[in-house]
Amino acid sequence: MKNIIIIGATSAMAEEVAKLYAAEKANLYLIARNTTRLESIINDLTVRGANTVHTSAFDANQFDSHEVLIEQAFETLGYVDVVLIAHGSLPNQELCQNDTTQAIEELNTNGISVISLLTHTANKMELQKKGNITVITSVAGDRGRQSNYVYGAAKGMVSTFLQGLAQRLNKSGVHVLDIKPGFVDTPMTAEFNKGALWAKPDKVAQIIKKRISKKSSFSYTPAFWFIIMTVIKFIPKFVFTRLKL
Amino acid sequence: MKKMTSWGKYPHIDANISAPLSSHMLANEKRNIIARGLGRSYGDSALSENIIISNRLNHFISFDENTGQLHCEAGVSLHDILMNFVPKGWFLYVTPGTKFVTVGGAIASDVHGKNHHIDGCFSDHVTSLTICIQGEEISCSREENSDLFHATCGGMGLTGIITKATFKLRPITSSYINQKVIKAKNLDTVLELFEQYRDATYSVAWIDCLSTGSNLGRSLLMLGEHACKGELTTHKSGVLNMPCDMPSFLLNKYTIQAFNSAYYNKQVKEELNNTIHYDSFFYPLDGISNWNRMYGKNGFTQYQFVIPKEAGKEGLKEILEAIAESKQGSFLAVLKVFGKGNINYLSFPLEGYTLALDFKLNNKLFALLDRLDLIVRKYKGRIYLSKDVRMSEEMFKASYPHWKKFQVLRKKYGADERYLSLQSKRIGL
Ligand SMILES: Cc1cc2nc3c(=O)[nH]c(=O)nc-3n(C[C@H](O)[C@H](O)[C@H](O)COP(=O)(O)OP(=O)(O)OC[C@H]3O[C@@H](n4cnc5c(N)ncnc54)[C@H](O)[C@@H]3O)c2cc1C
Ligand SMILES: NC(=O)c1ccc[n+]([C@@H]2O[C@H](COP(=O)([O-])OP(=O)(O)OC[C@H]3O[C@@H](n4cnc5c(N)ncnc54)[C@H](OP(=O)(O)O)[C@@H]3O)[C@@H](O)[C@H]2O)c1
Repeated sequence: MKNIIIIGATSAMAEEVAKLYAAEKANLYLIARNTTRLESIINDLTVRGANTVHTSAFDANQFDSHEVLIEQAFETLGYVDVVLIAHGSLPNQELCQNDTTQAIEELNTNGISVISLLTHTANKMELQKKGNITVITSVAGDRGRQSNYVYGAAKGMVSTFLQGLAQRLNKSGVHVLDIKPGFVDTPMTAEFNKGALWAKPDKVAQIIKKRISKKSSFSYTPAFWFIIMTVIKFIPKFVFTRLKL
Repeated sequence: MKKMTSWGKYPHIDANISAPLSSHMLANEKRNIIARGLGRSYGDSALSENIIISNRLNHFISFDENTGQLHCEAGVSLHDILMNFVPKGWFLYVTPGTKFVTVGGAIASDVHGKNHHIDGCFSDHVTSLTICIQGEEISCSREENSDLFHATCGGMGLTGIITKATFKLRPITSSYINQKVIKAKNLDTVLELFEQYRDATYSVAWIDCLSTGSNLGRSLLMLGEHACKGELTTHKSGVLNMPCDMPSFLLNKYTIQAFNSAYYNKQVKEELNNTIHYDSFFYPLDGISNWNRMYGKNGFTQYQFVIPKEAGKEGLKEILEAIAESKQGSFLAVLKVFGKGNINYLSFPLEGYTLALDFKLNNKLFALLDRLDLIVRKYKGRIYLSKDVRMSEEMFKASYPHWKKFQVLRKKYGADERYLSLQSKRIGL
């Protein structure tokens, strides 16, 4: 029976991951902001087979609550197999350009809060000498684009942080996985018109779970984003700056 | 604004879309709202200026292992239910020919399956449901607000947004079906066979609409029973995809005739018995997602009618002859004998014969379907709203006798001015 902590558990992708573990009778510890929605997720996961579902409310940007939050989750579950950090928000780029409060808030939600939670989690995992830490970042962190570079900067910061963390925790046998989704059809992207590049959250969840169990360190989700992002990263700077991406 | 269409890929409209994350978010001041599930209805029932999609209302709420009662949100799909409950020994009492429909859609269309003659419609196994009208959630059942219950089951979303439902699952000991397939050389034979096998749990016939004369109505009758032994394995979720619209000239009367003949003659023996997985038995087309693209970019429609048993063979023959003569041929035609209908106001099934035919859309088609309507009407039959995209108000009102009662109820609950679809406006609801 696996013990799983999910932070940002009302995210559509996180919820699909939780369903997969619930079907395997896992013990789940869900941390999320919206407690009403958390309520219906508890019932759902219980019907799907979860052994136990614990929950805890949080706001990612209340950094001083993080230590206790992680402490309690580890204490409740005893041993922890997987910690998944999934929360995030897609900023309005234009708003961020004209309002630093907004920009900082978004950098906090998508960047600093994740790093704070990771710091506490990593220290716990290091003591356990086993387990997995998975964070959902984004392909947007690979290269800044005018349409969403505030978001990209935050995600990129987390990805860089995870590279170092993976090296550090490798010695203790802890597996660190950075998941970089491309386009996923979730509430975050409800307004977008969907085309062939879009993936469904349940599909993404299957990929995440598989990579966790195989201790994979491959980030792009689905895998074809590796090709797209390789191309994007190789566009010479003098060309890239003129693009409308 | 987003471009929206349903399974038949006609019509395409621009609509405002919302996908609420919980039923608390359903309060909505707008008019011209319609609920939508997975968009597997063929025509314009799930299309309107404002569309509320139920795909995030996809949570199970509780399950009683003693009674098999499942309580869940209305956006849960039958696929999801099977994935979770088949391994635990449960199946659906009634399922349509695709598992990619929502519970809300199954109730709103009051869908039927291959066992209608034994088990009735989907809603006959629903014990209660919750519906949101103008932001207020109301629960209803056969005992509580029963008028709302009977209007909502089969009500095509026109009474409000179904948010939750409780219904019974069927206990099974195997995920396999013992199937019997019998060749029938014409309509008389297949109708006799239906009669002979009336106790079979599942029965349906595939019928070749292009054969004429003494071969008119030649068919393959497929019967099924849940197997007792076997594993409780679910279907596989991986599917093939039809990546783009097929050029529509590929489907013409010659290719269809060739396909129909090949399909009929594929089975050499007069009778075949085998055991197959539920997925192949109930959902043969689900293996190819977007198979609707096969009909090309102009789209297609399904004409499904039912005529009372009394009208019998005569009525069916008249319709089959009209189709064969038109050479507009249908790729797939499915014949089934319905049992008694229920008392839901707009539920489609009534005791008799139902035939469902797919047609590629072209400029001659609607004239043919209007002609077929006249025959259906003459025999006191009707057309399935969930497949329809062109029926006239006159035809609808003549063939669904409870439509007035339905309107009175909608008014009583304040649903008549808010919940409207392109279809409801066309047929005068
Ligand atoms: C391959 C295939 C095979 C099929 N086989 C059968 C069959 O054997 N028997 C049969 O009966 N049907 C069959 N159908 C039709 C299908 O079962 C119905 O159209 C069903 O209603 C589709 O469900 P949906 O969730 O996709 O709903 P949609 O197509 O999105 O909506 C259908 C109707 O339900 C209403 N609705 C949807 N959700 C809600 C809600 N939450 N609250 C209120 N109203 C709602 C909509 O307003 C609309 O009027 C088949 C369809 C296909 C594509
Ligand atoms: N969808 C995509 O195309 C895509 C692509 C690449 C990466 N991602 C990333 O994938 C992750 C999951 O997102 P999703 O697509 O599943 O979208 P989602 O369903 O909208 O989930 C976003 C989640 O973040 C939570 N959240 C936002 N701000 C928060 C805060 N201050 N405190 C606590 N929780 C907060 C939300 O909680 P509430 O329920 O309380 O609002 C929600 O659960 C995110 O990190 C996102 O950046 C998404």
